[in-house]
Amino acid sequence: MSAFSLDLAHLFAGGLVLVSFMMIYQNRLLPLISTLSLHSLLLALSVAWQAHIQDAPHLYITAAIALVFKAILVPWALRRMVFRLGIHREIEPVVSIGLTMLAGIALVALSLEVMLPVTAQADPVAREDIALALSVVLIGMLMMVTRRNAVSQVVGFMSLENGINLAATGAKGMPLVVEISVAFSILIAFIVIGIFLFRIRERFDTVDVQALDEFG
Amino acid sequence: MGLITALLMQLGQMLLVIAVAPAVTGLVRKVKARLQRRVGPSVLQPYRDLRRLCGKEVVLPQHTSWLFRVAPYVIFAATWVATTLVPTFETGLLFSWSGDLIAIVAMLGVARFVLALAALDTGTSFGGIGASREVMIASMAEPAMIMITFIVALIAGSTQLSTIAVTMLSAGLRVSLAMALVALVIVALAENARIPFDNPATHLELTMVHEAMVLEYSGRHLAMIELAGSLRLVLYISLIGCIFFPFGLAVDDTGLSAHAAALAAYLAKLTIACVLLATLETSVAKMRVFRIPNLLGIALMLGLLGTLLLFVKASM
Amino acid sequence: MSSFLACVAALLATSGLSLMLIRRSFATVTIYSFCLVISLALSVLSVFAIGAAPSTIVLPIGLPWIGAHFRIDALAAVFLAIVNIGAAAASLYALGYGRHEHEPGRVLPFFPAFLAAMNIVVMAADAYGFLFAWELMSLSSWAMVMAHHRREGTTRAGYVYLLMASFGTFALLLAFGLLAGPSGAFAFDAMQAHPLTPGLAGLVLVLVVIGAGSKAGLVPLHVWLPLAHPAAPSHVSALMSGVMTKVAIYAFIRLTFDVMGPPAWWWSLPALLLGGITAVMGVLYALMESDLKRVLAYSTIENIGIIFAALGLSMAFKAAGMGDAAALALTAALFHAFNHMLFKSALFFGAGTVIEATGEQDMENLGGLIHRMPLSSAAFLAACLAIAALPPFNGFASEWLVFQDILLSPHLPQMGLRMLVPAVGVLLALSAALAAACFARAFGITYLGRPRTAAADNAVEADRWSVSAMLVCAVLCLLAGIFPGVVIDRLQPAAVLLVAGQMPPQMHIDWLSIVPISASQSSYNGLLMFGFLVMSATMTAGVIHRVSSRAVRRAPFWDCGYPGAGPVAQYSAASMSQPIRRVFGTVVFDTHEQIDMPAPGDLRPAKLRRFISDPIWDLLYAPIARAVGAVTEAMNVLQFLTIRRYLGFVFVTLVVLLVVLTIWG
Repeated sequence: MSAFSLDLAHLFAGGLVLVSFMMIYQNRLLPLISTLSLHSLLLALSVAWQAHIQDAPHLYITAAIALVFKAILVPWALRRMVFRLGIHREIEPVVSIGLTMLAGIALVALSLEVMLPVTAQADPVAREDIALALSVVLIGMLMMVTRRNAVSQVVGFMSLENGINLAATGAKGMPLVVEISVAFSILIAFIVIGIFLFRIRERFDTVDVQALDEFG
Repeated sequence: MGLITALLMQLGQMLLVIAVAPAVTGLVRKVKARLQRRVGPSVLQPYRDLRRLCGKEVVLPQHTSWLFRVAPYVIFAATWVATTLVPTFETGLLFSWSGDLIAIVAMLGVARFVLALAALDTGTSFGGIGASREVMIASMAEPAMIMITFIVALIAGSTQLSTIAVTMLSAGLRVSLAMALVALVIVALAENARIPFDNPATHLELTMVHEAMVLEYSGRHLAMIELAGSLRLVLYISLIGCIFFPFGLAVDDTGLSAHAAALAAYLAKLTIACVLLATLETSVAKMRVFRIPNLLGIALMLGLLGTLLLFVKASM
Repeated sequence: MSSFLACVAALLATSGLSLMLIRRSFATVTIYSFCLVISLALSVLSVFAIGAAPSTIVLPIGLPWIGAHFRIDALAAVFLAIVNIGAAAASLYALGYGRHEHEPGRVLPFFPAFLAAMNIVVMAADAYGFLFAWELMSLSSWAMVMAHHRREGTTRAGYVYLLMASFGTFALLLAFGLLAGPSGAFAFDAMQAHPLTPGLAGLVLVLVVIGAGSKAGLVPLHVWLPLAHPAAPSHVSALMSGVMTKVAIYAFIRLTFDVMGPPAWWWSLPALLLGGITAVMGVLYALMESDLKRVLAYSTIENIGIIFAALGLSMAFKAAGMGDAAALALTAALFHAFNHMLFKSALFFGAGTVIEATGEQDMENLGGLIHRMPLSSAAFLAACLAIAALPPFNGFASEWLVFQDILLSPHLPQMGLRMLVPAVGVLLALSAALAAACFARAFGITYLGRPRTAAADNAVEADRWSVSAMLVCAVLCLLAGIFPGVVIDRLQPAAVLLVAGQMPPQMHIDWLSIVPISASQSSYNGLLMFGFLVMSATMTAGVIHRVSSRAVRRAPFWDCGYPGAGPVAQYSAASMSQPIRRVFGTVVFDTHEQIDMPAPGDLRPAKLRRFISDPIWDLLYAPIARAVGAVTEAMNVLQFLTIRRYLGFVFVTLVVLLVVLTIWG
């Protein structure tokens, strides 16, 4: 594999980390969803590139699924939901952006510290991609923890899923079956969350998790 | 003979950047005007502006001191020295080793410090508002710049710009370089007082940072400060060009045709950068002052992240 | 060696002389001239001693079974030079400033004793002499802090200072005890011969960081510094900030690089971490203050942080066996210590002249002093440029060396250190940028603009001794920045001694550049930078004046057409730091503002209140103070026991001690 192809693979992985940070920065819902589709688009490109350099045609299907489902369909559905709920103008009160970013950097450092020594025998290309993928997962979890709005938490969950996908495609040979099951579980979770959101909104007139806590 | 040509090249670079700077400002304004469906002033208008300003009487505010009069010269000299240290069409110029990237950043810091002092010397609230906002922006832009320097220096093995330019030709695509590029573009916009950080054409104090500091300057002093501003823009464009797009730079000791080609490449880079800058300025709005630290914080974090990646694994 | 001791004895004699002369009018001038001459002699001697072979002497004074060991090696000579150059500058300044003292008897006897004590600390080679001189240093400076005892806040400052100083000495005492071991070997070379187990080394390291760090001003042990340094007279503040903190740094270097033996990699962690945090916290605190001397005191804390971070880096390289990189970091730290002594002295001298000329210590009541005090403002400006790490001054040269060393650290073997060093690098870069903001504010609000009070309007230039002391320091700052190679070469013997590595010799490089590692990697030329700046400025001025109109006119400022704003409408110190306060202060200090805006038609003035809370005081010191108070309240019962209870107390103690003796015996 030429140095250029390795570099491009790393670039995609690094770009995914970058877009995860961009997601932390957003505090309005519509740009957040657009950033999610950018995240998934980058994932699709990364998987497609991995398909090219690993010479594994089934990964092209994975890339297509990522593109259609996660970059187009899911964000579109989320946008519709946001408009139906009427929260598209809200500014979300987030934990201080600066502190969240610092936590994000600490998480990246942590995942590098953990993954690089553990995978010392593995293929050098895969090592860095897996370390960066772990950081995407951790930053997705950070987003879910620091956000109050249920829609933002769904976005965080999606980005977490993208990170797992990145890790799986980085290591050679991920069967399509796993991908289909993952996609199905996302779909199911999505439907459930959607119903849940509508129910909550009907009952309590808000989807703010903190306010919901106070009712409990 | 070698020494004389080297000296001439160095002098040539010094004069080139001054000659080109007002045209860069003029081109940005022209493209912006065109994008906004106006005809806009001619690209050569800044030259005429500078000549007009030089011919005017200098009006000094009553309570200002010698610092107010000396400041424009110091600001211009510091910016000029910093700009000549950046390779534009040739690497390895005669005195390029006397200051590295950190020294360039610090020279710009000198210019900024003196400008803030001159603003405070006027004893007006506008000077204060400009100075306080400028040092706030600098308090985040400068560390981001230092982190970018670290990233680039760790990849190239040196902080000297000539060495960096030559090494970057073979560095390949790297995550940390991409982060450094994004961070450097953000810092360049902040330092040059461009939208989204500051509006270079504003007259409202709500939107002023740089303009507020130079409000009381007139005549030849204002001409020098404007020229220094244009020089700073040329510096940052040259910096981005020589670090991230070092194609076409002539190494010293190559022939005249190589240098001519390098000069043409440099002018082409300047033109492309002007068009991109004008497009960016037209497409985004200026940010509220207290959203600026968020964006600069991103640049700082990107710098830190890139450095961290390189520290952990040198091939990132 | 003996000449050093003779000079120190002369200083102590001067202290005694001052007690005799105290009532005379020429006492001030005499004592300070003696101090000046002796300090100058010591400075010259110490600069020559840096390159010379180490000399030792054992005197039969002090404790009979230890004696008094003195040793001057390269490290001691470097710090003796720093101490005595600072002392000479302060004595020169005090020749003029000392006349303003209302009660010279509260300062004069202690000043030479303070200088002598600092010299003895650096020369001492055994624990007893070291601690004796350390305590003498603390006590004499405490006495001088209390000199203005009628001023509000001075007694509290002295109380906190004494408390923290005693605490620090206690920590050092324990450290020395652990280092001496069961054999009770108190001489430094005997301590060095005993290797330490890792557990013991960790304990000693913590104690040394507490003891030396509290005297230097390391966060979180810094709380006494911003109280005590401003309270003292200005020449004493300059000595305390510029010189005494360096003596604390010397103690740290001597103990961790020399006496404790070969370092492990984790020894560098406290210095790196605390150094980086101190650098940023110090300058943020400085930006929140408006008292001129407190700003300078907090800025000292910031610079100490930078020095400790460089020392931590040096220790990490030394533990990894990379001697040359360690030498670079150590040289950077020593160079920065020297530079800080120079520019902090100049800044405190300037603050002193301003306070004497106007009677105001708060920046909010000053302004426009550049017109009335032209020479001292020029020197203060040079010192501000130097401390903001701007070329071609010396602050930039030492910070540049630190950054170059950070670029070498990817070669460190430990991954944890490789992650920590870039974080510390960010903190140092942040502190440098914030320091520039802080000193633009300090100079701009104090000296520029229009006078905010009548006191500022009626200021006069200081006397020629004060001004010459400031100018000497400012010129030395510029020279050290233009010829950094000279200073770097002078510092190399200390690096060779401590880390067994050195930087390449600088004096032979073309055009007097400095090349810290190799010419292909990086170089900086202060002389050329300065020359280019001057040449460009003059060339530009010449050309512009040819082509421009020469007409100049003075007129009221334009101010966007707003009519006649008075001097109060200018930006004040608090407004100048408001953007930074909003960005950083809300996170670190929990700052918020409360605006009381009257309704339209109501004529009372609007009020803006700022709330700042000090997180270290609230989280660390206040609980300890409360706990101590609670415990002492509980123990107060012991004051009021009956005779039977007291007898019972004595009896129980006796029984317990006998039991302990049986178990251990």
